Amino acid sequence: MPNLLAKGRLARWSGVAGVSLVTLTTMAGTVLAAAAEHAPNAAHGGEHASGGLPQLNPANFPTQIFWLALTFGVLYHLMSKKALPRVAEVLEARQERISRDLAKAAQLKEEAEAVLAQVEQSLAGARAEALTLIGQTSAEIEANTQSRQAALTADLAARLTAAEASIASAKDQAIANIRTTSADIARDIASRLAGVEVDAAQAEAAVAAVIEERR
Amino acid sequence: MDPLHQFQINPLFQIVLGGYDVSFTNSALFMVVAVALIYALLVVGMANKSMVPGRLQSLAEMAYEFVAGLVRDNAGHDAKPYFPFVFSIFMFVLIGNMIGMIPYTFTFTSHIIVTFALAATVFVFVTILALLKHGLHFFSFFMPHGAPVALAPILIPIEVISYVMRPVSLSIRLFANMMAGHTMLKVFAGFTVLMISGLGALGFVTGLVPLAINIALTGFEFLVAFLQAYVFSILTCLYIRDALELH
Repeated sequence: MPNLLAKGRLARWSGVAGVSLVTLTTMAGTVLAAAAEHAPNAAHGGEHASGGLPQLNPANFPTQIFWLALTFGVLYHLMSKKALPRVAEVLEARQERISRDLAKAAQLKEEAEAVLAQVEQSLAGARAEALTLIGQTSAEIEANTQSRQAALTADLAARLTAAEASIASAKDQAIANIRTTSADIARDIASRLAGVEVDAAQAEAAVAAVIEERR
Repeated sequence: MDPLHQFQINPLFQIVLGGYDVSFTNSALFMVVAVALIYALLVVGMANKSMVPGRLQSLAEMAYEFVAGLVRDNAGHDAKPYFPFVFSIFMFVLIGNMIGMIPYTFTFTSHIIVTFALAATVFVFVTILALLKHGLHFFSFFMPHGAPVALAPILIPIEVISYVMRPVSLSIRLFANMMAGHTMLKVFAGFTVLMISGLGALGFVTGLVPLAINIALTGFEFLVAFLQAYVFSILTCLYIRDALELH
């Protein structure tokens, strides 16, 4: 709450006015009361008129107005000059303290947020770095795997062709061996059964013709 | 047994000043007590100036903020310089009413001359304030804006009368409430006493009825004591606003 007792021109004026007004009212009231005092007193004849309201007995008016003006004037003076500024001061100090604490809290929050942002940034950096590292490594592994696979494939192909070649030559040799052996066996059979000596070349040609025929 | 006996003014010291009897009476005593209590609440209560208020300090601050809110909401922001005036009025009437709730005390707010003097102070204060603020333009207050000029002969006297009647209604409202409430309490208490003295043993039973009513009335009187102080100050605030803004 803003200071309600700002020491302005109006505040000073109202202080004077407050006290002076009470005095003024007092004087006016006292005159009225005094004027009224004479008439009813004559009628009643006694100070404590029986049955009448004590409130309406004008004999009581001057003292009441006097003491009201005095006590209210003192009260107004004490309140406006001493008591209320003190309360305002305490309330203001508290308001100030609260807003200061709030500002401090806001500042601390801002700092914490900055630190948090920094942490997040470095975390993001680390994550990106890790990702590139992973990508790089996996690419390397991929390349390595591919080259080894290619080498293996080439090796296997070479071995396959070598094996095929050796199989083919072994087959050719086997076939050649079969020809000479067959020719020999045929010659042997012919000499034993028919007693005919067959020429080696002739026998071989005959065997070759038969093999060609059966193929 | 006279229910009006409680309103009797009894002089404690005879003082005569300039021909007038200004004796220190029971009424004056409780005015002094009220001022002392208010001052004690605010000065003793705020003595520590604690950041975190204690009970008494909370009470003092509550009173301050209550009246400050009252002034802000009803009299406007320009009324800040008059806050001490409204605060003094509110506390004086409130504590005066509350002191009256204690048995054997005197309720000075139940005297028409006291409430009228307070209301007249408010009236004169507000009128001087308006005259200082607006000069002769103040008198336009008695002619409502936009009203046809032909109606002026009727409207102006009505407005003037309603303005002049302000201190009368303000003072009678407070005085009548306090006097009626206190008289009623005394009347019902008197019934109980009459029943006991008149009916003997039976009176102790039937006497409980007015006693029960009196208990309820006492609670109600506390409400009235606060409410009338509140009404008195809120009307003061509204009059200040009228004086500052002229409608």
